Amino acid sequence: MATVDIREVRKAFGTTQILHGVSVGIEDGQFVVLVGPSGCGKSTLLRMLAGLENITGGEIAIGGRVVNNVPPKDRDIAMVFQNYALYPHMTVFQNMAFSMKLAGAPKEVMEREVQKAAKILGLEQLLHRFPRQLSGGQRQRVAMGRAIVRNPQVFLFDEPLSNLDAKLRVQMRSEIKELHQRLKVTTVYVTHDQIEAMTMADLIVVMNHGRIEQAGAPLELYDRPANLFVAGFIGSPAMNMMEGRIADGHFAGPGGAAWPLPANGHAPPAGEVIYGIRPEHLRLDPDGIPATVQLVEPTGSETQVLLRIGEANVSGAFRERVSARPGDVLPVSPDPGLVHLFDKKTGQRI
Amino acid sequence: MSVTAAERWIRPAKQQSALVRLFDNKAFLIIACLLPAIGLLGVFLTYPLGLGVWLAFTDTTIGRRGVFVGLENFEFLFEDPIFWNAVFYSVFYTSVATVGKFALGLWLALLLNNHLPMKSLLRAIILLPWIVPTVLSAIAFWWIYDPQFSIISWVLIETGIRETNVDFINTAWPARWSLIAANIWRGIPFVAISLLAGLQTISPSLYEAAMLDGASAWQRFRYVTFPMLLPILAIVMTFSIIFTFTDFQLVYAITRGGPVNSTHLLATLAFQRGIPGGQLGEGAAIAVSMIPFLVFATLFSYFALARRKWQQGESND
Repeated sequence: MATVDIREVRKAFGTTQILHGVSVGIEDGQFVVLVGPSGCGKSTLLRMLAGLENITGGEIAIGGRVVNNVPPKDRDIAMVFQNYALYPHMTVFQNMAFSMKLAGAPKEVMEREVQKAAKILGLEQLLHRFPRQLSGGQRQRVAMGRAIVRNPQVFLFDEPLSNLDAKLRVQMRSEIKELHQRLKVTTVYVTHDQIEAMTMADLIVVMNHGRIEQAGAPLELYDRPANLFVAGFIGSPAMNMMEGRIADGHFAGPGGAAWPLPANGHAPPAGEVIYGIRPEHLRLDPDGIPATVQLVEPTGSETQVLLRIGEANVSGAFRERVSARPGDVLPVSPDPGLVHLFDKKTGQRI
Repeated sequence: MSVTAAERWIRPAKQQSALVRLFDNKAFLIIACLLPAIGLLGVFLTYPLGLGVWLAFTDTTIGRRGVFVGLENFEFLFEDPIFWNAVFYSVFYTSVATVGKFALGLWLALLLNNHLPMKSLLRAIILLPWIVPTVLSAIAFWWIYDPQFSIISWVLIETGIRETNVDFINTAWPARWSLIAANIWRGIPFVAISLLAGLQTISPSLYEAAMLDGASAWQRFRYVTFPMLLPILAIVMTFSIIFTFTDFQLVYAITRGGPVNSTHLLATLAFQRGIPGGQLGEGAAIAVSMIPFLVFATLFSYFALARRKWQQGESND
C-alpha cells in the first residue's frame, strides 16, 4: 500500500499536448476515480502511472519513490484493462499465476495465492477454464484476480466495466468497491461514467482537455461544483443552466422569470451570470415560476418533467407523482440553498 | 387528387410459365447450380488424378497404349537407387528448407511488426521474391551459381577472401545446399507475410499485461506471441511443406536434377522419366509415391499444431 503523487505531469505525442501539467495527491488506501469525457487524457495519465507511456514532463512518485524511469514490472502496480487482456491460451489458473510463474515462485505458493484470490472473487469452480468459456462478468473477475494475486501497492483500473451490460455493471461496481474496502489497497480507477465515479470514489478527479477541472469528494463536487464543466458533468440528469443577469436581489432569467439568489449570505455582484439548478432541487410550488410542461417521463421512483420557461428548457425531477400533461402550466421554484451561480465569462463558480 | 384504396395497383395473379416453375423446383436448382463446379472438378482435377494413378499401374510409354501390370512399376522403383536418392533429397530438401524459411520468416515478421519508418514500403519489398515468376528467379540463381560468372565468386575473389571460383552446382552436396538456399529465399515472403498477419491479430494489451506481469522481451515471445501464433503457424507450415515437397521449377531450371541425378526431387524425377524419357507409367508411379508423404505431412501439422482447446467452439466442459 502506498501513496501516489502526480506532480505537474505533462504528456505530448509529437506536437500534440495531451496533458498540460496535472497534479494529484493520492493518500494511502484511497480510491481515486479519474473521470472525464473521452479524449480528456485520463487513460493516458493512468497508462503513465503504469509505465506504459513515457512521461514528457513532471514527476510521478509511488510510495515516495519517483518512478519516471522505472519499468512497469518494477513499479509494484497491477492493472485491469478495459478488454481484460486475459491470455486466451491459458486457463484461469494459469492467467492468475502467470506473474508468479515468471518470478519463479514454487508451485505450492502459486497454488495457495491463486486459491486465495479465487476464493475472494468466487472463481474456485472456474480455475481450469479458458477465457473464451467465461461470461463477461467472470472474465472481469479473472482480470481482477490476476491483479490481486500480485499483491501490489496500487491497483489501476482502465474503464473496466464499459464492456458489461447495464445490470452487470451495477453489480461489478459494488463488487469492486467491496474488494477495495476489504484489501484497502490504493486504487486509481478511470471511467467516463460519472455515476461510477460518484458511487465508488473517495476522491474524484474531473478532467477535461488535459487539465484537472476539480478534485474532491463526490458529494463536494455535487454540492459545490467549481465551474460550469463540473456542474454539467457531475449529476444525472444534468444541471439546468440559464443565462441572465442579477438585478434587484434576484436572478432575472429567460422569459423575465425572477429566481431567488443562493441563500449563502453574501450577495453576488450585479451583472451577467449563469444560474444553475439541479432538476432534483426544483419543487412544485403553487407560488413558483410558471412553466409549460413539454414532456413527462415517469420512472416510478420519480417523475422527470421537461419544462419550458421563456426560451429555456428546464428539466425537473420530482419525487411526487405529477399528473400534468404536455401544454399544462406547472409552477416550480428552486430550493434557494441549492442554487449555483457561475461567472458567464470565466465559467467559474461565484 | 387523392388516391383512394380502390385506385391502388393490385398485382394480377398470373399463370406462371413452365420455365419459371422449373426454376422454382428445388431439386432442379441444386443440380443446375452444382453442375458447373462438378464439371470443372471432374475434368481438370479428378480425371488427371485418376489417369495418373491408373498410369502408375500400366506400362504405358509415349506412343504405345500400355497394359495393366500391377505393382511392377513400384517393384522396379524400389530397386532403383536413383529413386531412393530422390526420396532422400525430397525429404532433406523439404525439412531443411522449411526450417530455414520459418526461422527467417518468423524473424522478419517480428521485425516488420514493430513500428519502423517506411513500414509499408518494406513490406512490399519483402514480397518481391514471391511475385517474381519462379522460372525467372531460378534463371537468376542459375547465373548466381554459375561456375564461371557467379557474382558471389567474383565478390569473394575481389575482396580477397577466396582465390578460386566457388563450386556451387557442379558436385552433389554443394548443389543440394545451393538449391535449398534458393528455395528458402523464394519461400520467405510467403511465411513472413502470413505470420505478420497472424502477429497483427494479437492484441497489444496482452503485451502490456505481460509487461506488467514482469515478462521480459523473450518471455513475452515465449508465453504470448508464440502460443498465439501456433494455429496460423501450423496452417502456413502445412502449405509450405506441400509446396516445397512438390517443388519442380527451381530444381529443374537450375540443375535439371544433376549433377549425376544427385539433386532430383520426386517431381523432377517423375517428369524426367515420364516425358523426356517416355516411360509414362514409371513417371506416374514416382508421382503417386509422393502421395503418402504429403498425406502424412498434412495430418501431422494439422493434428499436432492446429487444434488448440482454447480456440475451439463453445464447449463448457
